[in-house]
Order: sequence, then C-alpha cells, then structure tokens
Amino acid sequence: MTEILRTEGLSRYFGAVTAAEDINVTISEGEIVGVIGANGAGKTTFINMVTGYLPPSQGTIAFDGSPIKGMGPRKLMRKGLARSFQIPQLFLELPVIDNLAIALSAAEHRQFQMIRPVRTPERIKAADEILEQMNINHYRDEMVTAMPQGARKLLDIAIAMLGNPRMLLLDEPTSGVSMEEKYTLMDTVMEAVRQRGLTVLFVEHDMEIVQRYVSRILAFASGEVIKDGPVDEVLADAKVQELVTGKHHRTPEKEGDA
Amino acid sequence: MKLERTELSLIGVAIAIAILAQFSPNWLVFTLTLAISTALVVMGVVMLMRAGLVSFGQGLFYCLGGYAVGLGGRFLGITDALVLVGLGVVVTTVVAMILGLLMTRYREIFFAMLSLAFSMILYGILVKSHGLGSTDGFGVVDWTLLGFTPGDGQATTTALMLALVLALAIALFLNRYFKSSIGLACEAIRENEVRVEYMGISHRKVLYINYVLAAAVGSVGGSMTALAAGHVDPTMAYWTISGEFVFIAILGGTGHVAAPFIAALIFTLVRTYAVELAPNAWQMILGIVLLLIILFLPKGIWSLFTRKKGAAS
Repeated sequence: MTEILRTEGLSRYFGAVTAAEDINVTISEGEIVGVIGANGAGKTTFINMVTGYLPPSQGTIAFDGSPIKGMGPRKLMRKGLARSFQIPQLFLELPVIDNLAIALSAAEHRQFQMIRPVRTPERIKAADEILEQMNINHYRDEMVTAMPQGARKLLDIAIAMLGNPRMLLLDEPTSGVSMEEKYTLMDTVMEAVRQRGLTVLFVEHDMEIVQRYVSRILAFASGEVIKDGPVDEVLADAKVQELVTGKHHRTPEKEGDA
Repeated sequence: MKLERTELSLIGVAIAIAILAQFSPNWLVFTLTLAISTALVVMGVVMLMRAGLVSFGQGLFYCLGGYAVGLGGRFLGITDALVLVGLGVVVTTVVAMILGLLMTRYREIFFAMLSLAFSMILYGILVKSHGLGSTDGFGVVDWTLLGFTPGDGQATTTALMLALVLALAIALFLNRYFKSSIGLACEAIRENEVRVEYMGISHRKVLYINYVLAAAVGSVGGSMTALAAGHVDPTMAYWTISGEFVFIAILGGTGHVAAPFIAALIFTLVRTYAVELAPNAWQMILGIVLLLIILFLPKGIWSLFTRKKGAAS
C-alpha cells in the first residue's frame, strides 16, 4: 500500500513539559488506525501537530511524500488532510445547511464570492446528500444549537469530509455521546469513510469502539508511542495493558463478527 | 438577474420616499438625507459586527468621506457631487487598505480601541490644521450633479435623491453580499475562527475585504452628509460620533440590510424631538431608549419583524 503519512522524531515540548517525544509513525493509504492512550498521553498533541494546529518542536512530517511541517490548517486542508474535533467546531448560530454551504464554497475555492448566494442549488444538493448519509437530514434547517451532541459530532465530521480529503483525523468522535448512540454514530461515519476510500486516524478511549473499527493501533503513553501494530497484538501487550487499557481488559467481538 | 422580495421592497420604499419628498417640508427632507447618510456609515458598523468586530472608530471613514468632498471642491476644483463622492471612496479605500493590514490582526476590545485610536488621530490632526479651519471646519463648495446645478431650495431635495440612489445601490449590493460566500464566511468567523481555517478559508483575508468594504460604505455616508450639510468639521471623526454609529447599529440589529436605515431614522427623529422637548436631558432619553432596546429586543428593532414572521409561520 502507498504511504500517505510519515512522522519522524516528532516531538513537542511546553517548557519543561514533554507532550510528545520522538513519534515515528507511517500510515498507508486506506488504513483505519486507532490512537489510544490515557489522558495526557500525547494523542491530541500528535493530531494537533499533524494537522497544523500546533507546531512541532522537533521532527518531520510528510504527507503524500512531501514535507508539511510548519504548514497551517488551510494549506493542509488543500493538500487533502482534514480533521474533526473532540469538541465539535461548528457555527452554532447558523443553520446546519449554511454550515455545510460555507464548507462547500471553500472546497470549490469560491469563498470570496460577493454576489452569488452561498446556497446554490448544487451546494444544497451536495449538502442534502451528506446530511442524509450521516442521518442528520432532519436538522437541515435548524440552528446547530438545536442539535444533540451526537448529531453535532456527525456534522463536524461531515464538514471535514466536504473538503474532499484523502486522510481524515478524528479526535474522539464518540466522546460525550451516549453508549446507545456510539455504535450507530461510528457505523455511519465508517460507512461514509469507506465510500470515499479515506485513510482514517482516530483517537478513542473506548476500547470496544477501537477493536470494532480499526485494523491497527498506536498506543501512546507519556508522549511516546509505546506500541504500534495489529489490534490483538497491541491490546495483548503487557505495557499497553499496564499504562493504557488496564490489565483486565476483555476482548469483545470485532465488527462483522456480531 | 432576478430580483428578490427584499430587493423589490427596497426599491419600492426608495421610490415612495422620492415621491413623498416632493411634497415634504425642507426640514424633513434634510432630516431624511442625514438619516440615510448616517445609515450608510452604520451599515459599515453592521458589516463588522456580523464578523464579530465592534468598531468605535467608524467616524474615521465618515470623516474621510466628508473631508474628501470638502477638499476636493476647495483644492481640486471638483464640483460634481458624484465625482466628489467617488473621490471620498477612493481616499477611504486606500486608507482602509493600509489600516486593515493591522486591524484584522485584532479582535474584541483591542479592535474596538485601536479603531477608536485611529479615528482620534485623524481628529487630532484636523483640530491642529488651521488651514482647514481647525475645530470650526470649513464649508463645502456649491456642487452640481451630472451637469445639473440645483437652484435655490433645490439642493436639499437633490441631495436626498442622490443619497437615495446611492443608498439603494449599496443596500442592494449588501443584501446579496450578506448571503454570499464571503458574507456567510464573516458570520462563520464570528462563530468559530478555528473551523473556518480548517475549511481552507483565510479568516484574515475575509476580514480584510470586509473591513475595506465597510470603510468604503462609511465614506459614502460621510460624503453625503458633507454635501447635504454643506460643511465639514473634525467632530466627524470624534469618538462620540463613532459611538452613535454603534448605538444605531445595536438599535437596528444586524439581521437585515434595512435595519440600519430604520434605526437611523428612529435615532434621528428621537434625537431631534428629545433635543426639542428636553434640551438638557436628551442624552438621557437616548440612553433610556437604548437600555429598553437591549432589555427587550437584544437583537435590535429588526427582530420585531422576524418575531412576527416566526409567529405567523
């Protein structure tokens, strides 16, 4: 498989505090990779560095073969690297349809148009399609403030996907979502991801979710990747059990086995 | 291009005002011209507010528009009102393009204070410029409009007609602008700059374009005030004038392109009658009006119309 993301010696320090240290990761196109770790393990710092939110203190990042270190979110988005957030970053006082229409106009490089309305028939059609795919079409004309947390997460991910990315980084897509909704939400997201053939890296605390949807895990502890490999291998690792999952972690059924 | 209902309404109201003005007393025509001119500057404040920025220095562009008209007539010998207004727009746009590079780096109180500082710098320069009449300012030359020289008693009505045409053109443009990609991007920036950047939109560029446009629109208001009043003075850049623009913007709300016009008219009338009825307490009356608006209509007078629409649907 073609390599899409590579980080070498990636580190981030906040004064004397080490948030991430010597992270060496290679992700291939089409992979679905889970990032696990306790709070403060460096997962979000890693995502933030890769997506240009936080400049690394050391190391290199390459996306699709070209260096991207130092690039801001805008340039990275144009290169095909998109992300969602642990707390959905949305335009709360705007209708859902406008949240999507703005994203679509930006994806078309038409964000500076002054006369043509942002809600063109083509954009409305595209917005309706993704709303339907994410099962949140009933919120179409509502303000984002009227949406529950799970729907907001889906809208946040939908917006990220509208930029036609090749790789999607999801920061805790199920946090703040009820147990009953988690699987429905992830099924919806993964179906959309599969249809677009995206590479996905997602941070998650829920091991059952991780096991169900990913083929590979990066386990973080104290800012370092302590284990990188197939799901069963990583979860069976003694150090991962001690520092991340807990020793009595059980192994539920994988997606498709149920 | 098909006209929307709002646009047809704006055109209808402008025609109605133009017809009524023919039968109205001079003082009312003059008051209307000032209200429309003020509304144009307020429109600039509203454009910034929609992007989450509050300017306490929009008087800078109002004053630049006014002084461009005054100086263009006095030193360049220009008498055509449209050319003078155009001169004001050019000068203001150039100044805004320079200031915008700095201003769009700031938000919240820092933006507000910096905008106030720039307008007060212009005020200070004008007050110290004895050649420009210092605190007294100076008179604007008798102007013409496309070769027509308004006779005695015609200048006020002609100024209103010109203000109406310019305000209508600007309102029609802004009605589209607010619903366009960049117009919505401004609102998106107010809501969440992080997401805007992750969509691939440069928030700085959007704010810069919006800032320069708001300044240009404000300068038209200043130019029209100068043409109607026949006089310019440094108080146009004074911070209390900028404060009035913010006051009117809050009064009207940012929800619709017509809101600043309604609010400016109400403000001008309330002030006129408040000064007449209570010469020593008119500011208090205005203050009470604003307090009531903030308490009962936090989204401005325009929210009365949207509430009605919401209730009907």
